[in-house]
Amino acid sequence: MKLKSLVSCSLVAFAAFSAPAQAQVEVQWWHSMPTALGEWVNDLAKDFNSKQKAYKVVPVFKGSYDESMTAAIAAFRSGNAPHILQVFEVGTATMMASKGAIVPVGKVMQDAGQKFDPKAYVPAVAGYYTAPNGQMLSFPFNSSTPVFHYNKDAFKAAGLDPEKPPTTWPEVTLAAAKLKASGHKCPFTTSWGSWTQLESFSAWHNVEFASKGNGMRGSDARLTFNSPLHLRHIENLANMAKQGLFVYKGRGNAADATFYSGECAMVTGSSAMYANIKRNAKFASGISTLPYYPDVQGAPQNTVIGGASLWVMSGKKPEEYKGVAAFFDYLSQTDVAAASHKRTGYLPVTIASFEQTDKAGFYKENPGTDVSVTQMIRKTTDKSRGIRLGNFVQIRTIVDEELEQIWSGKKTVKEGLDSAVSRGNEQLARFEAANKG
Amino acid sequence: MAVEKRVRFQSWWLPWVLIAPQMAIVLVFFFWPAGQAIYQSVLTQDAFGTSTEFVGLLNFTRLWSDQTYLSSFWTTAVFSVLVAGIGLAVALLLAVMADRVIKGAAFYKTLLIWPYAVAPAVAGVLFLFMFAPSVGVVSYGLRYLGVDWNHLLDDDHAMALIVMAAVWNQISYNFLFFLAGLQSIPKSLIEAAAIDGARPWRRFWTIVFPLLSPVTFFLLVINIVYAFFNTFGIVDTATQGGPGKATSILVYRLYYDGFKALDLGGSAAQSVVLMVIVITLTVIQFRYVEKKVQY
Repeated sequence: MKLKSLVSCSLVAFAAFSAPAQAQVEVQWWHSMPTALGEWVNDLAKDFNSKQKAYKVVPVFKGSYDESMTAAIAAFRSGNAPHILQVFEVGTATMMASKGAIVPVGKVMQDAGQKFDPKAYVPAVAGYYTAPNGQMLSFPFNSSTPVFHYNKDAFKAAGLDPEKPPTTWPEVTLAAAKLKASGHKCPFTTSWGSWTQLESFSAWHNVEFASKGNGMRGSDARLTFNSPLHLRHIENLANMAKQGLFVYKGRGNAADATFYSGECAMVTGSSAMYANIKRNAKFASGISTLPYYPDVQGAPQNTVIGGASLWVMSGKKPEEYKGVAAFFDYLSQTDVAAASHKRTGYLPVTIASFEQTDKAGFYKENPGTDVSVTQMIRKTTDKSRGIRLGNFVQIRTIVDEELEQIWSGKKTVKEGLDSAVSRGNEQLARFEAANKG
Repeated sequence: MAVEKRVRFQSWWLPWVLIAPQMAIVLVFFFWPAGQAIYQSVLTQDAFGTSTEFVGLLNFTRLWSDQTYLSSFWTTAVFSVLVAGIGLAVALLLAVMADRVIKGAAFYKTLLIWPYAVAPAVAGVLFLFMFAPSVGVVSYGLRYLGVDWNHLLDDDHAMALIVMAAVWNQISYNFLFFLAGLQSIPKSLIEAAAIDGARPWRRFWTIVFPLLSPVTFFLLVINIVYAFFNTFGIVDTATQGGPGKATSILVYRLYYDGFKALDLGGSAAQSVVLMVIVITLTVIQFRYVEKKVQY
C-alpha cells in the first residue's frame, strides 16, 4: 500500500509539473485490465491522444479490480485520486453511496457541453449504472454477461451432437451423464458461483434475487434467493455434484482455466472468456445461452451484467472534466465502440455499435459471439434489470462459503441458502444504516 | 549478576539523546500506527472517508455477536499450534542432521535456507499448484495412495494445505537459529557424555536439547507471532479462507474486511483484538515459559 501511494503521489506530482510545459490537460485513468485487455486500453488512449491535442489520457494499470479500488480510496483520502477509475460491477453501490467522492457522468457531459444522449446506450447495461432519477452515474465501459461454454470435441467423443448444445438444465444433466460415461472426469463446472448460479439464474427466470427490484429501487432491499425455485436449482446442482457430474473448481474465475485446459467439458462463465478460449484452448468450442428450466413461466428472460464501468472522481479542475467528457464521447463513437466489442468479447456500449457489428456480418463469421448480446438486448423487467446491492463483495463471499458447504454435503441446500440469506441480510442492513445520511 | 557494570553518565541529557533515534523509530513505526488502529476502531467511515461517525464500541460488539468471528479464534488456535509445533520440530530435525554433515555442508545448508526468500503469497501459490485437485503433482500422487485430495471442499485438507505452506516458508528461519544454537554447544560436553556411554538419543535429550532451550523459546515466540500476523498472503492465495470459513484465520479475516470489503472500522477493531491477543501471549510466554528456560 505504501509503495502504491508513493507511486501515485509521484505520478500526480509529475503530472502537476509537466502539465503547464505541454499546455495539455492530463487525465489520469486507473484501470484493471491485464495483458491483452491492457493493450486494448492503451490503444484506446493512444488513439484518442493522437486525434486531438487539448487533452492527454494517461492509463495506469493498478492491479485487480479490488486492488485498484483500494488504491484509489487511499489516493482519494490523501487528495491524489485519479480522474477516471474503473470499478467492477459489485462496487457500484459503494460508489453510488460515496456521493462526495464521485461526479455523475451525466453531469460531467452536460457541464462540458458534450452532446450526450443516454438512450444511445444499450439499456440493460446503461440502466445498471443509472440512478433512480435517471441520471447516468458511470460510463458503461466493459460489460460482460454469463454464458454457457462447451467443448465440441468432448461432445463428439461422448456421442453428443456438437452443434446442439444443451439449453435447459435437464439437458445439461443428461449431457453431463454421457460425458461422464465416456470417461470425462469433469463434465460440468461453473465460475463465479453467485453470479452465474444465483444472480443471473434469478434474472434469467424472472424471479428476484433481492427485494426492491434487486436493490435497484432502494437500499432497504433484502435477499430472496432461498425461494423454492432457487432451492430446486441448487438441489439439482448438489445432486449432480454427488454423482460427479458437476465438479466444484473454486471461487471467482478459478474454473475458467479448467475449461481452457480441456479438463472440464462444460462451464457457465463470463462471455469475456471468449478471447482466452480462442487463444488457449486446443479444441473446438462453442457458446450457448445460459441453461434454464423450461417449466418456469417467463424463462428465459435476460441475464445480468458483470464487468466494470468508469467512474469520475470529484475535486478536479473544470478543464480536466472537459477532457474526461471528450474521452467518453470518443469511447461512444460507433466505430470505436464496435471495434472494442469485436476485439474483447465485452458487450457493445451503444445500440448503434451493435447494429454496425451485426451489419458487417461479424456474428455470422464468429458464431456464438452474439449469444451474450442477445441475452442482454431484450426488454427487461423489474426483476431482471440488474442487481445492485450494498456490501456486495461480502455477500458474494458469503454465498461462496455457503455453497461450498452445500457441495461438500456439510449443509443441506435449505440450511445453506437460508444461512446465506440471513448472513447477507446482515450486510445489507449494515450498509443501509451506514449510508442513511 | 555478581559484578555491577553500570555506566554512569556525567550529564543528564546525554542518555536521552543517545536513546532518541531508537525512540523515534519506535514511536513513528509502532506506537503511531497502533494508536491510529485504536482510533479507527471506534469510527465507521464510508469507503472514501467522506463521512465519519463516532460509534463507540459498536465495531467490537458486532465482532462478539458474529458467530463466524468467534469460530475463527478456534481456527487460528489450531493453525498457530500446528505451524509453530511442526515448524519447530522439522527445523530442529533438519538442523541436527545438517550439523552432522561434513561433506558439502555449505551446499546443503544453502538449500535449506532458500525457502525464506520466497514471499508468503508465492508460497501459497506454489502449494496451490502442487495440490490442485486432480491435476497437481502431489494430489496426483496422493490418488495412488488412495487419498482423494480436494482442499476446495474438504476442511481438513484446506487446513493441511495452508499449514504446510506456512511451515515450509518459515522453516529456513527456524533452521538457521537451531543450527547456530547447535554449533555453539561445546563438543566437550557431548564427548564426555559419549565416553560415559550415553547413546545419541540420550545425549540429545539430556544435553543438546536443554542447552538449546533459549533458542527454542525465542523461536516459539517468533513462530506464534508469524502464524498470527504474516500468513494472510498464504491464505489469500491458497484457500481464501474456504471452504466455508474453515481456514479463515483472524489475520486473514482482518485483511479481507479491510482491503476487500473496505470496512475500515471493523478491520481496525479486529487488529486491536489481535494486538491484545499477541501481547497477552507474549507476556504469558515470558512469565511462565521462560522460567523453564536455562540460559
